[in-house]
Amino acid sequence: MSAGETIWVDNPPFPANARRAVNDAQLRRNIRNATSTIRQRRATMVEELPDWQQLRTAGAAIKDEVLARLDRYLEQFEQAATQRGAHVHWARDADEANSIVGSLVAATGEREVLKVKSMVTQEIGLVGALAKRGISAYETDLAELIVQLGRDRPSHIVVPAIHKNRSEIRKIFLNEMGDAPADLSDDPHALAEAARQHLRRKFFQAKVAISGANFAIAQTGSLLVAESEGNGRMCLTLPETLISVVGIEKLLPTFRDLEVFLQLLPRSSTGERMNPYNSVWTGVTPGDGPQQVHIVLLDNGRTKVLRDHIGRQALRCIRCAACLNVCPVYERTGGHAYGATYPGPIGAVLTPQLVGVEHAATLPFASSLCGYCYEVCPVKIDIPTVLVKLRHDVVKAERASPESVLLTATGAVMKGRRRWTLALRLAPLMRLFRHGGPPPISRWTAVRDLPEPPRQSFRDWWVTRSATSKQADQR
Amino acid sequence: MRVALFTTCLVDALFPDAGRATVEVLERLGQPVEFPLEQTCCGQMHANSGYFDVDLVRRYVEVFSGYDAVVVPSGSCAASIRHQHPMIARAAGEHWLAKRAEAIAAKTFELSQFLIDVVGTDDVGAHFPHRVTYHPTCHSMRMLDVGDRPLRLLRNVRGIDLVELPRWDECCGFGGTFSIKNPDVSAAMLADKMEAVIGTGAEVLCAGDRSCLMHIGGGLDRIRAGVRTLHLAEILASTETGYHQGQLPTVTTETAETAETAETAR
Ligand code: SF4
Repeated sequence: MSAGETIWVDNPPFPANARRAVNDAQLRRNIRNATSTIRQRRATMVEELPDWQQLRTAGAAIKDEVLARLDRYLEQFEQAATQRGAHVHWARDADEANSIVGSLVAATGEREVLKVKSMVTQEIGLVGALAKRGISAYETDLAELIVQLGRDRPSHIVVPAIHKNRSEIRKIFLNEMGDAPADLSDDPHALAEAARQHLRRKFFQAKVAISGANFAIAQTGSLLVAESEGNGRMCLTLPETLISVVGIEKLLPTFRDLEVFLQLLPRSSTGERMNPYNSVWTGVTPGDGPQQVHIVLLDNGRTKVLRDHIGRQALRCIRCAACLNVCPVYERTGGHAYGATYPGPIGAVLTPQLVGVEHAATLPFASSLCGYCYEVCPVKIDIPTVLVKLRHDVVKAERASPESVLLTATGAVMKGRRRWTLALRLAPLMRLFRHGGPPPISRWTAVRDLPEPPRQSFRDWWVTRSATSKQADQR
Repeated sequence: MRVALFTTCLVDALFPDAGRATVEVLERLGQPVEFPLEQTCCGQMHANSGYFDVDLVRRYVEVFSGYDAVVVPSGSCAASIRHQHPMIARAAGEHWLAKRAEAIAAKTFELSQFLIDVVGTDDVGAHFPHRVTYHPTCHSMRMLDVGDRPLRLLRNVRGIDLVELPRWDECCGFGGTFSIKNPDVSAAMLADKMEAVIGTGAEVLCAGDRSCLMHIGGGLDRIRAGVRTLHLAEILASTETGYHQGQLPTVTTETAETAETAETAR
């Protein structure tokens, strides 16, 4: 079994990756500019809605309902979609999903397929898996195209090329696109136009497209893709065969539930009132759109997440990336530092659960627990609490470390008044290390002084004061 | 009403002035506090590092169960008591303890909450003629939801020149052991926070959490920024005749030497 590209290497070393990232001035600037713009747009859009908090509550409740009865909704979805002419496939993990999709494409005899931007196909590493079977998959989302042409990795859930600025994009287009105009400028319109011309040819040739889905409706068997460019809609309507890979947590019970999510998603993700393109399709419509419609329902660790009563709320996620855009850690490291398909706060709670904490042990610690992610999350995922819970899981799985010895020892000291009072008398020793000390103190003193220790602890002051006031009373 | 003070381990050990100032303010308002000597630590640092220490939760519950209210001069410790204690007890399978922890958590108040919601005043009669900027600290703001209570208290301080901190809603990068485990990201966040603080021209950076202040203040001291960090209580304690009498303390905490000089001067 393989989780595909959920993590890029076993146990991505976040602190070391982050060290490289925080020193990359260009990256820092690109990410800061981009996130602060989206952050501002989101805030304005959210302020507009007087019932935003109720919408969040509704969003969380609907998703919780789905997760509580996932088996039932999945079967309902399968039945409804099949009735309308779709073929539903079930994949336990990345390998199964990739081989199902690979065989479906092979059966059409095509060697080239178009791709709609989707996180789940990144998660399973579909493009690489298809390449091994001699099938070329072309990304059609502008940002995904930039990443693919640059032989790079996505670093953001909604804006995969957020780490690149326009002059870097221009260079990638000139070097890799093949048909970019030689006088291409770094004007955003010129860049978009070059991509449009490049993709247009592909849209009219392609016979097969592969997508994910933002929502799957159990009641009707419909899928929905939300996007800004319209390139997704081209892929969803022009080809003969459409294959959609869908995580099993994407379900909503009824069509009506979209009322809540189509308000939450665009405002949270791109800071828009509405997604410019919402494409919904239900099985096959004779004579209109793809006549071969396949849906691959993917587990890849999700049922394992469902077992954890604190951690399972991560499955409510609608991949809006609002948590990334406000995260002070993400803002300074970018997405690649997480070494995983899902970066940022949601990645830090989802990735370790999907692959097992022992394979992503540094990720739950990649947060200062500031709680900004929870504040903005449209489905109210309490990310800080899940992080703390996962830290607990990491620590339980680890053997004794210098840290565990230190924390257990301080814990023991804090369990007795006498021990604690004595320990406080050692505070003046800190003076030795105020400006520098051995590891791990050096990690603090590298950029900060330690405080000047006080003459007496609070409790010593309190005891002396109580004694003096008692004496005064007696006099 | 019997009110207990939970100073937090950090204030007890390293920043007694924040504890003394809390006592001072409350006594001035006619609300004496007791300091049960059995108290130690709420276990937040352990919990946030993944070590769920149910004994520390039990200790907190036992030490403070006899009081009508507990006041804590720390937003993050108060938040940990409110939100993490029940979870830690449950994780250890101690459901009865979780219930008791919930009951005591409901009576546990961060200082600004206690002053405004329990004592019922946002003017404590303080005097502090200095330029001050206020950092709201993430846990006070987002986990505990203290809202603008600290600012209301500060706005009523006589003589204060309160200036808004740019990007005040952004984390300072402390995060407990985060500062040790991810030192580079923490340092990058600290740099931006210090830049914002220095840009205000404030003499004092104030917050309701000595822990975040230890981190930001440690950074400011390192670059000799000449900005003092003070706990909210220390500003609220200051009056024209009492506590620091509106003067800026020259060092973060009273050291042996300064205390001696003060004594000889007397
Ligand atoms: S965790 Fe919440 S804020 Fe983050 S991407 Fe998912 S839905 Fe959006």
